Amino acid sequence: MPGPKYPGFDTLALHAGHTPDATFGARAVPIYATTSYVFRDSEHAASLFNMERAGHVYSRISNPTVAVLEERVAALEGGVGAIATASGQAALHLAVATLMDAGSHIVASNSLYGGSHNLLGYTLRRFGIETTFVDPREPENFRRALRDNTRLVFGETLGNPGLDVLDIPAVAAIAHNAGLPLLVDSTFTTPWLMKPFAHGADLLYHSATKFLGGHGVAIGGVLVDSGRFDWETSGKFPQLTEPYAGFHGMDFEEESGTRAFLLRARREGLRDFGACMAPMTAFQILQGIETLHLRMPRHIENTRKVVAFLAAHEMVDSVGYPELPTHPDHALAGRLLPRGAGAVFSFDMKGGREAGRRFIESLRVFSHLANVGDAKSLVIHPASTTHYRMSDADLEKAGIGPGTVRLSVGLEDADDLTEDLGRALAAAKRGLKAG
Amino acid sequence: MDFAVDGRKAFAYTAAHAIDAAKPTIAFVHGAGLDHSWFGLQSRYFGYHGFNVLAVDLPGHGRSEGPPLESVEAMAEWVVRLLDAAKIDRAALVGHSMGALTVLECAARHPGRVTRIALLGMAYPMKVSEAFLEAARRNEQAAYDMDTIWGHAPQVPLGANPNPGMWMYGDNLARLARLAPNVLYTGLKACNDYAGGEASAAKLDCPVLFLVGSRDLMTPPRVAAAFVKAFKSAQTVLLPPSGHSLMAEAPDATLDALIDFLSTGTTP
Ligand SMILES: Cc1ncc(COP(=O)(O)O)c(C=O)c1O
Repeated sequence: MPGPKYPGFDTLALHAGHTPDATFGARAVPIYATTSYVFRDSEHAASLFNMERAGHVYSRISNPTVAVLEERVAALEGGVGAIATASGQAALHLAVATLMDAGSHIVASNSLYGGSHNLLGYTLRRFGIETTFVDPREPENFRRALRDNTRLVFGETLGNPGLDVLDIPAVAAIAHNAGLPLLVDSTFTTPWLMKPFAHGADLLYHSATKFLGGHGVAIGGVLVDSGRFDWETSGKFPQLTEPYAGFHGMDFEEESGTRAFLLRARREGLRDFGACMAPMTAFQILQGIETLHLRMPRHIENTRKVVAFLAAHEMVDSVGYPELPTHPDHALAGRLLPRGAGAVFSFDMKGGREAGRRFIESLRVFSHLANVGDAKSLVIHPASTTHYRMSDADLEKAGIGPGTVRLSVGLEDADDLTEDLGRALAAAKRGLKAG
Repeated sequence: MDFAVDGRKAFAYTAAHAIDAAKPTIAFVHGAGLDHSWFGLQSRYFGYHGFNVLAVDLPGHGRSEGPPLESVEAMAEWVVRLLDAAKIDRAALVGHSMGALTVLECAARHPGRVTRIALLGMAYPMKVSEAFLEAARRNEQAAYDMDTIWGHAPQVPLGANPNPGMWMYGDNLARLARLAPNVLYTGLKACNDYAGGEASAAKLDCPVLFLVGSRDLMTPPRVAAAFVKAFKSAQTVLLPPSGHSLMAEAPDATLDALIDFLSTGTTP
């Protein structure tokens, strides 16, 4: 007999985490623009503070609108819960700060968003947390870089900007063998393209700024826990398995094995670092999520058309999209990303830096800006923008050349997109001849 | 806090307090496949309000060593041995689902040790469907799915969790994913096989509370209501929107009902 059925992704995207409000029956998620919540009495207040009752105290720690977003993303990812943060960067920082102290070490893919590279490679180093960056294409590289003080293994589901597909099952196995959790940045894939927990990742986060919102109107992040990592057995996380003087001697893992990480991240990380999400932002991101399942297929459909157009174009040296047989992760993408390999990818133009400049400046539909995952099509030249702090050698390691252009394909009419690209490529070509 | 029962490690959550012989004690007993943290908010409350709490992990669950016990009667006797290990003479017992059968049986066998019992998500007979048992026996994911979906009210996946930011289904599935093979099956089979409910109910002279979720699919309210009649006296509190997972779905209402019931007549 088949078992009972879970609600489908599309239904969860519209409903999970929200019960129409009891007072007015509002169907849409209300924006609870309030910093704080009236206690019923002193006893109730004390119980909320001491985690004996569920509820909200102060919006830095939790807020009813933000909680809808958190629960909805957790539901879409199949996690135990989530914490929404001020930005994607804040989500990465919250994960790191919850799991380790000065003197700890991270093994990370070298194929990362430039901001994540900055945080791990430079900023966290100032606080005594070191990162070794490895080429993710060979999962064994993660194992080779492990040290006694390693506390986290980290990569992007689709590496920025070369679209290396992280072999999550292989890297998770390496991390788990060493008693470590695997954290992935799922921004480029969203739960509609891939659910990293099903492949063995333990923690994930999104820059909700991107596809989850989709409208490009709000910055936010969401950190999700699978609840599957056994901190107690690992023995490497006293933050979660020993009494914490900062919260009445709470041993988070003893309080709840599946919730330990999120408990500490909320009760310490949000409380003390304070990078919480505003309720208005949560509302805006929720508006996006309600159509995620409609937008992502269209992103993929348009991307495939644009990729095919570029791959056949004389001005294009190479297109780095995992669905192309020429991409080194083609087979892996077939396994992990059957619905599509995202809507952000790079290609290399003939003619280098100058041709790149002419191309970008000739585009009319694609907007030249530093973002991805918008409903509108976007374009950027990584070497001079997102990755400009990286040395040439590091750039090359991350697969970025002087003529590399990154596109984020939006939801416009695909013919308009290819026409725009064709015109700009022609302009770049004329420039080559003139120069 | 770790104890030793039958030579094996037995864990009971004490809300970070040492056991104090001068305080009354409440022991919490979880259901099949779960652990002490299922009573997280409620057990923590009592631990900080003048009670010793012993929220146990039954053998093979949570932090207690296995193997899992095969009958409700064995679990009832184990709870008493855990009280012995904690040097607790008398305690109020709170049980959920399989844990409710356990505390009922325990109170009937050891009236001198049990002051009162609260039965949450309780029905008798606690029949488990053949499909569910069979999937559990095979350690199939389908068993965990049935446990999760039938273990909550139907509106849960399309509504808000009172616990901010948490996804109830995900939490349940993550707990089940940690179980050793056969632990869920052994518990479900013990529930299904238990035949002592009416006889034990008839024996009781201590106060009895039934906490019933009005949308409980696993232990339906009508089965609970019929069983209430087997007791000389028992009080029933119906929690309207809740399903089987009362402590998670209706944490405050569950706690309030327990406070009412446990704050009177519990002496060390
Ligand atoms: C893959 C990826 N991760 C993380 C971030 C950082 O997110 P946020 O800008 O929301 O802080 C970005 C932003 O571009 C990104 O592209």
